[in-house]
Amino acid sequence: MSEMKFILAISFALFFIGAYGFLTRRNMITMLMAVELMLNAVNINFVVFNKYLFAGKLDGLFFAVFIITIAAAEAAVAIAIIINLYRKFKSIDEDDIDTLRW
Amino acid sequence: MSEFFLYLISIMILVFGVLTVTSSKIFRASVYLLFTLINVAALYFYLQYEFLAGVQIVVYVGGIVVLIIFSLFLTHRVGADLPGPSNVRMLFTFLAVLFAFAFCYSLLLGNEFPEVPFAGSSLSIREIGKAMLNYGEGGFVLPFEVVSVLLLAALVGSIAIAFRTKPKNS
Repeated sequence: MSEMKFILAISFALFFIGAYGFLTRRNMITMLMAVELMLNAVNINFVVFNKYLFAGKLDGLFFAVFIITIAAAEAAVAIAIIINLYRKFKSIDEDDIDTLRW
Repeated sequence: MSEFFLYLISIMILVFGVLTVTSSKIFRASVYLLFTLINVAALYFYLQYEFLAGVQIVVYVGGIVVLIIFSLFLTHRVGADLPGPSNVRMLFTFLAVLFAFAFCYSLLLGNEFPEVPFAGSSLSIREIGKAMLNYGEGGFVLPFEVVSVLLLAALVGSIAIAFRTKPKNS
């Protein structure tokens, strides 16, 4: 197995670890952590494809940088929402938040 | 020798990733997330993307994890255990994730990538900076500006969401 395929396999495994965490956790902050793991797996994918298939170009690198920026914005908004929900419900378990449930 | 480092980094990424999503104490989970992100930065160093490794450490390790830990202290009693998921949900999620991984892995093994040999030295910061603000061929100034406006809007929006409004006196 070449080095490229090995690192791609690692990034797939990290992505599905994140998916497992997103589906099993009930707490919003831990779900956010699982999403960060998945975003990191995607970044590894971009970097590996850029390095091994398009060595002279910068597209994969810049996609990874922009994904990191958007992840930072997403984390800020998500945590603002979580803190607001905590003030309202005194809990951030997603099963307790049922205002829109009929 | 460099192979050894690759295997070490990969094992650490996977072990700390699994601990992040399975740990029953939320503060430990966030510290395991920190270790996972540091190991991803080490993988970027291994691939000779030093700029991206620096961005990863500054933004993820220094920014996002600290933000998560702050919000965790605002919303939890830190010592308490999280309630675990039910066994049925854990089993079915594990099976679904395992099948999805096996499917992707078989696709990966069946595919042949036209790898080009790595030519020249690693990417210099000068080259990256020129490409980032270049508006010609192969430049990235438009996504750079768009993402900066997005970041500003997201930060203002998060302040607006988390702002405590005065309770109306009724």
